[in-house]
Amino acid sequence: MSITEPLIFKHSRSGRSAVGQYPQGASAEVPEKFRRRKRAALPEVSELQAVRHFTRLSQLNFSIDTHFYPLGSCTMKYNPRACNAFAMLPEFLGRHPLAPNSVSQGFLSCLYELQEMLKEVTGMKGVSLTPMAGAQGEFAGVAMIRAYHRARNDLERTEIIVPDAAHGTNPATATMCGCTVVEIPSLSNGDIDIDALKAALGPKTAGIMLTNPSTLGVFERRIQEVAKLVHDAGGLLYYDGANLNAILGKVRPGDMGFDVIHMNLHKTFSTPHGGGGPGSGAVGVGQRLLPFLPIPTVGKEGDNYRWLDEKDVPQTIGRLSAFMGNAGVLLRAYVYMRMLGREGMHRVAEFSALNANYLLARLKKAGFDAAYPERRASHEFIITMKRQAKELGVNAMDFAKRLLDYGFHAPTTYFPLLVPECLLIEPTETEAKEELDAFVDALIAIQAEAEQDAAKVKGAPYTLPVRRLDDVRAAKQLDLTYGMRNTE
Amino acid sequence: MPFIPHTETEIGEMLAAIGAPSIDALFDEIPAALRIKSLAAIPDALSEMEVGRLMQARANQDGRPLNFLGAGAYEHHIPAAVWAIVTRGEFYSAYTPYQAEASQGTLQLLYEYQTMMSSLTGMEVSNASLYDGASALAEACLMAVRAHRKSKSARIVVPSTLNPTYLSVSRAVVEGQNLSFTVLPYEAGKGTLQFSKLEALKGEDLTAVVIQQPNFFGQMEDVDAITDWAHANNALVIAVVNPLSLALFKPPGEWGSKGVDIVVGDGQPLGVPLSSGGPYFGFMTTRMEHVRQMPGRIIGRTVDLDGKQGFTLTLQAREQHIRRSKATSNICTNQGLLVTAATIHMSLLGAAGLESVAATSQRQAAKLVEKLTRIPGVKVVFDGYRFHEAVLQLPVKVSDVLDALAKRNIVGGLDLSKLYPELGNALLVCATEMRTDADLDAYASALAAVLERKP
Repeated sequence: MSITEPLIFKHSRSGRSAVGQYPQGASAEVPEKFRRRKRAALPEVSELQAVRHFTRLSQLNFSIDTHFYPLGSCTMKYNPRACNAFAMLPEFLGRHPLAPNSVSQGFLSCLYELQEMLKEVTGMKGVSLTPMAGAQGEFAGVAMIRAYHRARNDLERTEIIVPDAAHGTNPATATMCGCTVVEIPSLSNGDIDIDALKAALGPKTAGIMLTNPSTLGVFERRIQEVAKLVHDAGGLLYYDGANLNAILGKVRPGDMGFDVIHMNLHKTFSTPHGGGGPGSGAVGVGQRLLPFLPIPTVGKEGDNYRWLDEKDVPQTIGRLSAFMGNAGVLLRAYVYMRMLGREGMHRVAEFSALNANYLLARLKKAGFDAAYPERRASHEFIITMKRQAKELGVNAMDFAKRLLDYGFHAPTTYFPLLVPECLLIEPTETEAKEELDAFVDALIAIQAEAEQDAAKVKGAPYTLPVRRLDDVRAAKQLDLTYGMRNTE
Repeated sequence: MPFIPHTETEIGEMLAAIGAPSIDALFDEIPAALRIKSLAAIPDALSEMEVGRLMQARANQDGRPLNFLGAGAYEHHIPAAVWAIVTRGEFYSAYTPYQAEASQGTLQLLYEYQTMMSSLTGMEVSNASLYDGASALAEACLMAVRAHRKSKSARIVVPSTLNPTYLSVSRAVVEGQNLSFTVLPYEAGKGTLQFSKLEALKGEDLTAVVIQQPNFFGQMEDVDAITDWAHANNALVIAVVNPLSLALFKPPGEWGSKGVDIVVGDGQPLGVPLSSGGPYFGFMTTRMEHVRQMPGRIIGRTVDLDGKQGFTLTLQAREQHIRRSKATSNICTNQGLLVTAATIHMSLLGAAGLESVAATSQRQAAKLVEKLTRIPGVKVVFDGYRFHEAVLQLPVKVSDVLDALAKRNIVGGLDLSKLYPELGNALLVCATEMRTDADLDAYASALAAVLERKP
């Protein structure tokens, strides 16, 4: 199969453009010292050529709207179209971010109510919506932990404890905040090693970053004990909300003892992933961290909404975006939460857990190896292809690539790092049973192929626009722009 | 159940396969004491029709005032085709292209974007985006510290004509990393960097000098002289630019005798609506020699097993999912969908179209300044060449004027009196190609009326 679309530059002809799209007749008198001498090498194409080119490119993608996309830890659930339509009403799209409050009450009211709803579902005392992605939310959280210790003149606390199963963003964030990372192992049942935690805690402990349920797809059962140990040692608890979908409406991070949380609105609250963003990483805090929340937030006085800034939150860690984070994403999350309502929140966790546990049960029955067979799955779970890799020479990546030929996006591969040959599978609550059954059937078929003709699986995919790519060449012979190398 | 497809029969079959008596039993590993019963503060569910009415009512509250505010976010025409394609599910509902074979559309588009952005800024390489212009500057400062190994000071020089929020954000983001910022004043009457203050730093260890062009006041800095001075004094140069303005103005890659080292800015003027402040996207381009210090995703062209061209994430050893605590940044998710919009926008307009938009914006802004300064007491604060924004002095308190204009359905600009108290009653105004001559007249007559205290 050979689907290709040439680079847009190949459609370009000098003097061609979509002239109907821009004003005509103006020319600028630019002094010589400021003037651009040569036009940028942008394409010169007609509107139809551009539309056809980018439509064709879109068709080379897998997406939630076209394929089952069980990418673990990413919560690829259906993004309701209404959320997009209502966030893109012309009044919202046209609103300047610095417009006076008097012409912003509608927008501010949505944000205020979103803050209130997020407080309720997380059990936190305050929320700031400004972080623009999960990693920026993490940054805000750890920066607040640092600010808290500093405000108490507790200056030695610079260590952040991170389990080995954590997302890469956790240790990267701790470093960005000027902290050092202390990694602790997980037990063979997926829980935190409490003894290792006790050994790591001390007068230098600023806090711990945890995902619960963890990236191993299991709930940390001794969370209350962990919280008590960390608090007794003078540290604070950070909740990585990547897996909030698993517990929405069932248990709240605030009740577990967490002091700060970031939420990935693009996961749990179904705003689009957009081919790699925009995300949105709203943060929630308990009482102790309220004075440090990033600004701006939205306050309500009587019937009036207004921005809260440095004057209202003098100890704030500051601003993380030029305006108000990914505002349009926040509107989408607001619409989603209003459409789910109170009962809908509970159903998110219920049906994501039902789908994950069903898929796990069926795969176990089909002979696949669960990484934690004795445990309930959260909203996701891990199977390991260690046995297949050893016996058949077919590894997790081979299974993942072959799944693409069967019309399924691959699960997350080789993460978390501590489970060898792993596939982290997250079906989400919006998938129907028949889709899950078809996915199981595909994995069974691939297993059979692997047993009969390993090379076939190892050569996959065959039916996509390209076969496996040479990543080594990509990194060694860098070709990052058209024209950088003398290749077509 | 909204968005949940399960029938009662299926739920029963699935529980039987699991061997669980009920859905509730799936949560039996969670300590009972922690389980919650209800989320009292969450309202009842709304249907799509009901939530549509609610959102339209909220939108109507804000209305569609005539906008003359810029200050980092600019209202431009966006061809209808742009967002019609951006919101296709194949772009809208895909994720970071980890599975390259199943993401060639996004990957090729990002490669095309990198090409366009490199050319527009006159640099060699581009990443695939950061969050926004402000946070991109913060990342550029951190990158400069990594890239400039000979400089030990981690000291960044910024002019006070830099967007003040960009400096606030940079301070917040680099707070834990021992960087320092030295802020240099602007020349009164000119609104551009006081070059003598920069020269006074001669001989000191400076890691980088930041230049915004056009600057926050809309004025043009002497970028060639500043760039050459910085390089002669062993500092890197970070340019902060409006990408649309580069259709007219000399790209940072050509500033001074050898060009700047890192270029950042907000991509919003390239096909992204004002949208209350976001989502926008931050861009970053640099020289090839610094590519391994650049944060964020980078896409490379390579070949597949059959030798056929394809695209993939590359140089991932810089990134958090590989390098963890030693990564160049913690950034993971970026602003892919907005980059999609910008790439389509740039393709539709081309360099000629962008040039025309920029020139029309500049012309309308000049007309606006001319019309407003005919009103008694309204004056231009700074001389010199401008793009599409200008600082005006009003005879009365600016916030009162803006409130009065808002009542007349006009967003009149940004009050500078808190950010730059020395300027007195100063107002930053902007006009783009979106503002017709009639719009400009409407603003002028409204402002005249407000200043005369007419009802």
